[in-house]
Amino acid sequence: MSNADKLHEIRAIIVRHKRWDLVFMVVGMFALMIAVLTFTVLFTQMIIDGMPRLSWDFFTSFPSRRPGSAGILSAWVGTSLVMLVTIAAAVPMGIGAGVYLEEYAPKNLVTEIIEINVTNLAGVPSIIYGLLALGLFVYQLGFGQSILSAGLALALLILPVVIVTTRESIRAIPVAIREGAYALGATKWQTVSDHLIPYSAAGILTGIIIGLARAIGETAPIITIGAMTFIAFLPPSPVQTDFPFLSFEWLMSPFTVMPIQMFNWVSRPEEAFQLNAAAAGLVLVVMTLAMNAFAIYLRYRMRKKIKW
Amino acid sequence: MTAKSTAEINHQPRRLGYSYRRNLRERFIETLLFLTAFASVAITLAIMVMLVKESFVFFQHVSIWDFLTDTQWTPLFDDAHYGILPLVSGTLVSSAVALLVAIPLGTIIAIYLSEFAPFTVREIAKPFLELLGGVPTIVYGYFALLFVTPLLQKIFPELPGFSLLSAGLVMGIMIIPYVSSLSEDAMRAVPMSMREGSYAMGATRFQTAIRVVMPAAYSGIAAAYILGISRAVGETMVVAVAAGMQPNLTWNPMEPAATITAYIVQVSLGDLPHGSIGYQTIFAAGFTLLLMTLTFNIIGHVLRKRYREIY
Repeated sequence: MSNADKLHEIRAIIVRHKRWDLVFMVVGMFALMIAVLTFTVLFTQMIIDGMPRLSWDFFTSFPSRRPGSAGILSAWVGTSLVMLVTIAAAVPMGIGAGVYLEEYAPKNLVTEIIEINVTNLAGVPSIIYGLLALGLFVYQLGFGQSILSAGLALALLILPVVIVTTRESIRAIPVAIREGAYALGATKWQTVSDHLIPYSAAGILTGIIIGLARAIGETAPIITIGAMTFIAFLPPSPVQTDFPFLSFEWLMSPFTVMPIQMFNWVSRPEEAFQLNAAAAGLVLVVMTLAMNAFAIYLRYRMRKKIKW
Repeated sequence: MTAKSTAEINHQPRRLGYSYRRNLRERFIETLLFLTAFASVAITLAIMVMLVKESFVFFQHVSIWDFLTDTQWTPLFDDAHYGILPLVSGTLVSSAVALLVAIPLGTIIAIYLSEFAPFTVREIAKPFLELLGGVPTIVYGYFALLFVTPLLQKIFPELPGFSLLSAGLVMGIMIIPYVSSLSEDAMRAVPMSMREGSYAMGATRFQTAIRVVMPAAYSGIAAAYILGISRAVGETMVVAVAAGMQPNLTWNPMEPAATITAYIVQVSLGDLPHGSIGYQTIFAAGFTLLLMTLTFNIIGHVLRKRYREIY
């Protein structure tokens, strides 16, 4: 075979291989488009079905047997109150655990067990947390099928997210900051509370928001606790007109939340209720998307701004 | 001079010296922080205790052999059978459909984003996929029941209103972001020098991606797949809405069937008294589910340890 022939052959091989590159480019774009397209279709479908139902009345009416006058008042109030409990439980616990593991923990077996355990907790299906809450909070501790039980269940669920993001953002702070604080005579806790937590606040906030966005959409654990699907009253208000002005009666109140309300409407055979489900879903999606988008934005800004 | 400075030091404010109170406070805070960290272990223990305790009572009524071999699951009927197989088959079939969608698409997207996509595409696609993973699962359930099922019925007219197929397909789309983002992270962690070596030998991008980057990122990609599997097995709302609530021992995705999670939802929606056998069944079912996901997680852990390449 002459040299020219060989060269020709090599060129042909190169062209053939490059063609595969192109084919894969197209396949990759196509795969990405499937994901994008699904989401667009899902969102459009919900807007088409749900938009006509979205009115002021939809937010201020209780669920009803007549689909036309049913609303999500008890659902969004319930979701807000449950989230209050979740924040109150998950934020201090998550930040505390994150700080301990990153700053205090000695390198020993206990620490390793805790670390492996946090990773594993993130992989436990959400419905299992529901079963834990049903056995522990509802019956063992006697909280009943209440806002308190639901909020605590969701707090356990998002705890790993808060712990992991807290650790990551504290780890990103250079050692020099700690050494500087120690050199000035600060104790460990002074260093943590005056420097490390404030500097990592944006990162921790990102984690909390992502966790809450997940908690808002979680349905399974709350159904497992035994939340009712038809609630036509509001829990007692936390703020009272007379002394002592604050009441915690709402913690023990029966409740419903947005995703359960939506589940209830989806599983009805009448189409009118399914339109309600679309409207409730739209509210839910907009809420979680807004929270996630805010978290992503926060992280993006942080990356740009902070240069140690 | 020396004497004076010693005296001065002695007159320094006491806060620079050893302070019992300050040390006590530090100790107290450290203990408190340790307790918050240890709470995660307590949660795991509580989960195990709760599931094992209620399952233990359950298995005093039902033998483990019946539980594992009986082909009917009818705990709430007069003629009660307690065979977990129908629920397991529903779980496995819907998960298999989901993974057939999520693993190929997720892997292709990961390779594309990590090795092929221009910078701007990646910067837009990554947050977008993240948002896709943040959509509540009940919304995906709605989508499966009221959009995907009617669409599939146009292609397969005999498809019933509830089916493992449509639940699985939507679940697959839902899991794509988990698989793609973890796999992509693993591939991007492969050092540039390996790609450069491959290019220098005359390999194209595609050859480099498949034969160099993917094998090097193997353990991370495997971990992503395992995470996808445990998501699919533990997913609840999509299957509860779109796959039906009827236990059905089948391997055919075109049929309706309840999964383990759907059964727990179904029982919880009713009003079962605490302590009844029906109440205990959901803990036995949940225990089975936990063991299934735990097995996958352990396999993932072993894979990661065994095939980790260190650069």
